[in-house]
Amino acid sequence: MADGSIGLWTVPLAVLGGAIRVSTPFLFVSLGECITERSGRINLGLEGTLVMGAMSAYGISYLTGSPWLGVLAAGITGALLGALHAGICSLPRVNDIAVGIALMLFGTGLAFYLGKPLIEPTAPRLPAIDFGWWSDIPQVRAALRVNVLFLIGVALAPILYWAFRTTRWGLLIRTAGESSDAARAMGHSVLLIRLRATMVGGFLAGIGGSFLSLFYPGSWNEGLSSGQGITAVALVIFARWDPLLCLWASLAFGGAAALGPALQSVGVTSGYHLFNAAPYILTLAIMIITCSPKRTLTGAPAELSITR
Amino acid sequence: MEFGRISRRHLLQGGAALTLGAATGARPSFAAETTIGFIYVGSRDDYGYNQAHAQGAAALKKIPGLKVVEEEKVPETDAVEKTIESMINLDGATLLFPTSFGYYNPHMVKMAKKFPKLHFEHCGGLWSDKDPKNAGSYFGYIDEAQYISGIVAGYSSKSGKLGFVAAKPIPQVLRNINAFALGARLANPKATTQVIFTGDWSMPVKEAEATNSLIDQGVDVLTCHVDGPKTMVENAARRGAMVCGYHVNQSPLAPKAYLTGAEWNWEALYPKFVKMIAAGESIPNFYRGGLKEEIVKTSPYGEAVSAEARKHADDVKAKFLSGDGYAIFKGGLVDNKGKTVIAAGTDRGQKDPELEKMDYLVEGVVGATS
Repeated sequence: MADGSIGLWTVPLAVLGGAIRVSTPFLFVSLGECITERSGRINLGLEGTLVMGAMSAYGISYLTGSPWLGVLAAGITGALLGALHAGICSLPRVNDIAVGIALMLFGTGLAFYLGKPLIEPTAPRLPAIDFGWWSDIPQVRAALRVNVLFLIGVALAPILYWAFRTTRWGLLIRTAGESSDAARAMGHSVLLIRLRATMVGGFLAGIGGSFLSLFYPGSWNEGLSSGQGITAVALVIFARWDPLLCLWASLAFGGAAALGPALQSVGVTSGYHLFNAAPYILTLAIMIITCSPKRTLTGAPAELSITR
Repeated sequence: MEFGRISRRHLLQGGAALTLGAATGARPSFAAETTIGFIYVGSRDDYGYNQAHAQGAAALKKIPGLKVVEEEKVPETDAVEKTIESMINLDGATLLFPTSFGYYNPHMVKMAKKFPKLHFEHCGGLWSDKDPKNAGSYFGYIDEAQYISGIVAGYSSKSGKLGFVAAKPIPQVLRNINAFALGARLANPKATTQVIFTGDWSMPVKEAEATNSLIDQGVDVLTCHVDGPKTMVENAARRGAMVCGYHVNQSPLAPKAYLTGAEWNWEALYPKFVKMIAAGESIPNFYRGGLKEEIVKTSPYGEAVSAEARKHADDVKAKFLSGDGYAIFKGGLVDNKGKTVIAAGTDRGQKDPELEKMDYLVEGVVGATS
């Protein structure tokens, strides 16, 4: 202890810290996708949106010196990509999954192309709030340095949960997702609802990307996302399209991502590949436990192309 | 992109025969305008492996009469063969540098057989007698520079705990870790080096997590062996730890935290290659060296490096540069499981092939290879 180390306590602390640090992009992308999928459409392009968001946030933060403008720019970029997805999908006989894959490639490719000059410069980062002030252990303080975006994400989950149940637009989104005929009979344009839902989803995913480049790991490079957008889309499915479960699932994924390095740092070195794969093993395990050949996924919006 | 490739391919099918005819008439020396092709696996301004090669390419651009063509983010698949063919047939490249490890076999070997009059130089040290004579491999003993980093790190650490963020437990990486740890022990015999393997060459989130975990364990000086050290350097500096760089000089990213670093010196080597070809000499198929041969170098010391550390590091560096050389891996070396890996009395110098098979971590390294 005297040498500043906290021994085995590193592992739970790193998992906690990792849950806070790593989970935010998962959280934003999965909440965004939750809104989109509840309206009856799957946007697989959020991986591209995440990377585009990360790149545009970094670029704008670097050019203007304000990371918050960067976050806004990331959100707007995400909303535009969402609008593009929704726009193409509103054409007759267009498969939303295929469009999503195309947009994923388009988004990452465009971000790599535009982001080329941004790899070297260092942009101003988002500030962190120090929630560990009560502790004099530096490791605890470091783990509890929380970014505002994480808090917004955490607050957003129950708000969405509530909104889907009780607000007018929440019910409208669900109606469009459960039965487009019913929404149409009520006099609403399903396409317009889905356009808005996809744009909001893209907006949130873009903000998730800005967290990657402006907070943690905190710089723009091409390996930044390494599939987190796709993982988050899958996460929505096993969170059963429930915003609150999305929150827990994101935290679990963040913590699982921190497990591998943390175990190695305390000397558990055997099978580190297995621990590094923890998030994916977790996904598989949950999928296997919860799936059943006898029924469709509970909670799945009926209009989704995967359930229809 | 795809359309570009297809049309290029059609073009080269026609152009190949013509160019081959022209190539047979090529002399060993360079004509007035010589084209050199560089192929990178990643982005050339990644503050890492690819940037080091791009700096070498930039040094060639300054030489009059040379034209450099570059292509980034070429995967280690037959895509690199297409890139090589288009550089040869469309740009007229006569010397090619496919810089990534995985380009060599079968891709570069195949191309070297197909274009026997052209030169191919691969970074990685994979050439063997069975391979074409117009292909070559070069590599640097960068563990020498890591050893110097280790000395500086050993002096600079207050806790005596150093951290190493590594990609994969392959011999080259283990050699760097061991050299760093041995250097640190020269400065502080009690120093330990904790290693974390992330599993792949570019995993920014894992690298950041590894950096944080190490610092949580009391580590206060870190270095790494991954493709892009930027993530480790920035995250460590934010946590108040000090860093030693890798591949290129990362001090602009963290001027206060940067102690020194192990860098490639391709900007010295590539012009040498070009001069050798221009003079009609052949480049040795197997070209290797360390600090003395100017294939690797160390970053200038940061302001946090003490006078004592500078002196010790400079002394050891002078030994590397001297005629006799200096062996990092000396006899009586024990690994971190207590097994003697180099018997007492046998020093393993720079070029010793045994070191290429390294599969252990030396005493003082906390971690395991599997």
